[in-house]
Amino acid sequence: MKLTREEIEQVAELAHIALGEDEIIELHNQFNDFIQFVETINDINTDDVEPTYYLLPLKNVWRPDQHHQPLAPDEVFHNTHEHDGGFFKVPRIL
Amino acid sequence: MVEYEAVIGLEVHVELRTKTKAFCSCPNEFGSEPNSNVCPICLAMPGTLPVLNKSLLEYGIRTGLALNCEIAHFCKFDRKNYFYPDLPKAYQLSQSDFPLCLHGYLDVETDLETRRIRINRVHMEEDAGKLVHGEGNADYSLVDLNRGGVPLLEIVTEPDIRTPEEARLYLENLKAIIQYLGVSDCKMEEGSLRCDANISLRPVGTDILNTKVEIKNMNSFRAVQRALEGEIERQHGLYETGESIIQQTRGWDDVTGTTSLMRTKEEAADYRYFPDPDLVPIHLTSELVESIRKGLPELPAARKERFMDDFGLPAYDAGVLTSSRELADYFEKCVSDYHDPKKVSNWVMVEFLRLLNTHNMEVRDAKLTPSHLVEMLQLMDQGTISGKIAKTVFEEMFATGKKAGIVVEEKGLLQISDESKLAEMVEAVLSAHPEVVEDYRKGKGKALGFLVGQVMKQTRGKANPQMVNKLLLERI
Repeated sequence: MKLTREEIEQVAELAHIALGEDEIIELHNQFNDFIQFVETINDINTDDVEPTYYLLPLKNVWRPDQHHQPLAPDEVFHNTHEHDGGFFKVPRIL
Repeated sequence: MVEYEAVIGLEVHVELRTKTKAFCSCPNEFGSEPNSNVCPICLAMPGTLPVLNKSLLEYGIRTGLALNCEIAHFCKFDRKNYFYPDLPKAYQLSQSDFPLCLHGYLDVETDLETRRIRINRVHMEEDAGKLVHGEGNADYSLVDLNRGGVPLLEIVTEPDIRTPEEARLYLENLKAIIQYLGVSDCKMEEGSLRCDANISLRPVGTDILNTKVEIKNMNSFRAVQRALEGEIERQHGLYETGESIIQQTRGWDDVTGTTSLMRTKEEAADYRYFPDPDLVPIHLTSELVESIRKGLPELPAARKERFMDDFGLPAYDAGVLTSSRELADYFEKCVSDYHDPKKVSNWVMVEFLRLLNTHNMEVRDAKLTPSHLVEMLQLMDQGTISGKIAKTVFEEMFATGKKAGIVVEEKGLLQISDESKLAEMVEAVLSAHPEVVEDYRKGKGKALGFLVGQVMKQTRGKANPQMVNKLLLERI
């Protein structure tokens, strides 16, 4: 399997990363090298193996529906200066 | 000319009324101070670990069972990836290929028939935060993450809905069921019930699925119906002129009553789902599912049947009264103390619902309780007040919460059943309107109504109408 140049551009767009022409070419090669490397795994016969959705031997972990104290306002905004009137401020969206 | 039918599927999001959020222990509350119900988990701080709220799972199973779904023995959570500032993790925890519930249905009754709307799936996910866009030319938006992580169920139908009216009926039924289950308050205006629609047209008699259009931003059941009606017209026009339908998302504008293009298929999102490694898969036993089934309350359809059987109500009355659990409870409280269910039904359906709608109130907000209504009905039975006066008493009780007896006393609304006093008035009315009396004698039956009306007018509605009738007939 090989990724097309368009797929590289689409992945970049989804990740909100602007790529220059050189970078597209470089990443295109790197992606395909990597995919080729991982494709070795296709040689393993998995006919009798159940699909894996989770790696640890755990199931049914949940918690009771009980309140804990939420963060105090000064803790909420501890890591940012971009807040106003109890809101986080972000670059205008609409 | 080709006749077309609509092919409609609905996607409903319901915010669940759990005590805490889906994956952290922050309070799940509407209307709190911005960012006051947040913690490192729902703020997406690195290194935090979400843990499933057991109530989310239980509410999901309850809803699935009430919608006749199969409950999956295995399900898991996936990450739905997209960038938007209301989603600090940059992914939404949702369920993709293994949802909690599959293959259900909901029957809705149109004027013509019962239509079975199949449910494709019900799955669990979390809500995003709320964005407030800066006023005027402000170069920023404001983010409130109280809603981020609030538990949601997404309920998706098969494309089985054929008319905008069916869509509205489906939503009304679904809302009633969810409210009966007590898992959500389903307030569209507060966003605890939201609906998107997919719609295409096809020639009647075919079973093809044509290019569909998605409609978003509908803020009421009425808006859903209107938006679908408009979209049918728009697509019909395109087919008629031979233009092709482009797969797209359109947004509803309630003010203009129209939809406009939001995005086309080329711009469609690519969410790159993958299994969430933080949340542990769920294996459900039949015992757990059955124990939840046993705890299900009586649902609207069953209650409607019972109201018809036990109280002898017409299907229409039973349908209206059971459309909300609160209203049905209200009605049942009344009839537990009063012998005539149909009379109660008339007052509750007509006057009570009218006043609630006029004042935009919920049953639980009403000061007029079942005991108020029962007392008023008893006063009518005793002849203390007439039916006409009862309406006034009812409105006054609704406005003030005062008991019927007190309203009657304070407002001087006692029915006049004093025969000699009424006879005097009748005599006066007869001599004041000899021409009407003449009309009546000539066979104009309506003339009697006018004379009764005159007496009622003089007594401001307080005269006993049967007695007035009798006295008039004796003297004409």
